[in-house]
Amino acid sequence: MKRNIIIIGSGPAGLTSAIYSARANLKPLVFEGVQPGGQLTITTDVENYPGFSEGIMGPDLMNEFRTQAQRFGADCQFRTVDKVDLSEGEFKVWSGENEYNSKAIIISTGASAKLLGIESEKELMGHGVSACATCDGFFYKDKKVLVVGGGDSAMEEATFLTKFAKEVVIIHRREEFRASKIMIDRALSNPKISVSWNSVINEIIGNKKDGVSGVKIKDSVTGDVREEKCDGVFMAIGHTPNSQLFGDYLELDSNGYIKTQPDSTKTNIDGVFACGDVQDHVYRQAVTAAGTGCMAAIESERWLENNFI
Amino acid sequence: MSDVVHEFTDQNFENDVLQADVPVLIDFWAIWCGPCKAIAPVIEEIATEYENKIKVGKVDVDQNQNTAMQFGVRSIPTLLLIKNGKVANQIVGAVPKENITKVLDEVL
Repeated sequence: MKRNIIIIGSGPAGLTSAIYSARANLKPLVFEGVQPGGQLTITTDVENYPGFSEGIMGPDLMNEFRTQAQRFGADCQFRTVDKVDLSEGEFKVWSGENEYNSKAIIISTGASAKLLGIESEKELMGHGVSACATCDGFFYKDKKVLVVGGGDSAMEEATFLTKFAKEVVIIHRREEFRASKIMIDRALSNPKISVSWNSVINEIIGNKKDGVSGVKIKDSVTGDVREEKCDGVFMAIGHTPNSQLFGDYLELDSNGYIKTQPDSTKTNIDGVFACGDVQDHVYRQAVTAAGTGCMAAIESERWLENNFI
Repeated sequence: MSDVVHEFTDQNFENDVLQADVPVLIDFWAIWCGPCKAIAPVIEEIATEYENKIKVGKVDVDQNQNTAMQFGVRSIPTLLLIKNGKVANQIVGAVPKENITKVLDEVL
């Protein structure tokens, strides 16, 4: 069976396009991926999504998005797409053994936390190394943890972790933060938080059984290497777009973001649309993702009308 | 919680998990963990599909910190597969169902 629309991804962009497509009676199939609801499901309070004057918890907000899409007939499946064929007019998507065909595709796969890319980090992920303070902060009661990064998310994670940890050190490779002033002030005024400037983590020390015991830090100015004891390391060094699946077909920019036409969600392939963080390195907000998700739904609906009816 | 998914605690863990005569799949979770919510329906499906072959249960890490500590759980969701009282495999993070069933099929 050939579907009208397959939506890959289930954050604000994907689920907004699902709501619009479903209301247009196109019965979209949504592949939710490994993180249904997307990045907001690992945040706490969302204070800047319009319509919630008191703020709303990220996971609750995404639950509402999903319920709203399902109410109009969106088929949301907790499955991951591992291969696509976007040859024109013959869109195919694979999840495990199953093949799905679709007339139009909306890509809303978002972005994932960037990692340092060192071997010890990979080995100790989940055993003292984490990319999700809200998930894992709880395990560091009265412990010392490091937060790596210098942007808003690093400040937010550091501040959040002080609820549990006795000491939080922000490890930053430069001598100033790129975070917004309000976030920096909030973090630096917290007595539990200190900063290690010009610092790059070379190695994380520990083992799977006992967790992390420390890191080796290189001073990027003097070149000196020192050891710092800690019980956990949280990564907050930015995001990378989840566009790897599509690189053979779609034009990406030098950072891997899917290129879309100006004022549009159209990609270089007719019938394939991209919305949300996978094509936006500028705004990266829930509300802008939802906005482009709406655009993708409307554009794909028009495209279907012009090509199939 | 459904009847196919057990609730393991610090108190019953020794008896219900370590002494169990079938492999046990344990989902370490907490109410405040988004990815844990995402994986919960998958755990239920697996519990139904593998009924009589394995035992499936959850450990709320808020209430049962000793068990979480005993197995070095520092990230949730963490899935542990225990066979004959020993850890046979471990999965950290919310993963697709196929990844979990593959691990189960290996020990069965």
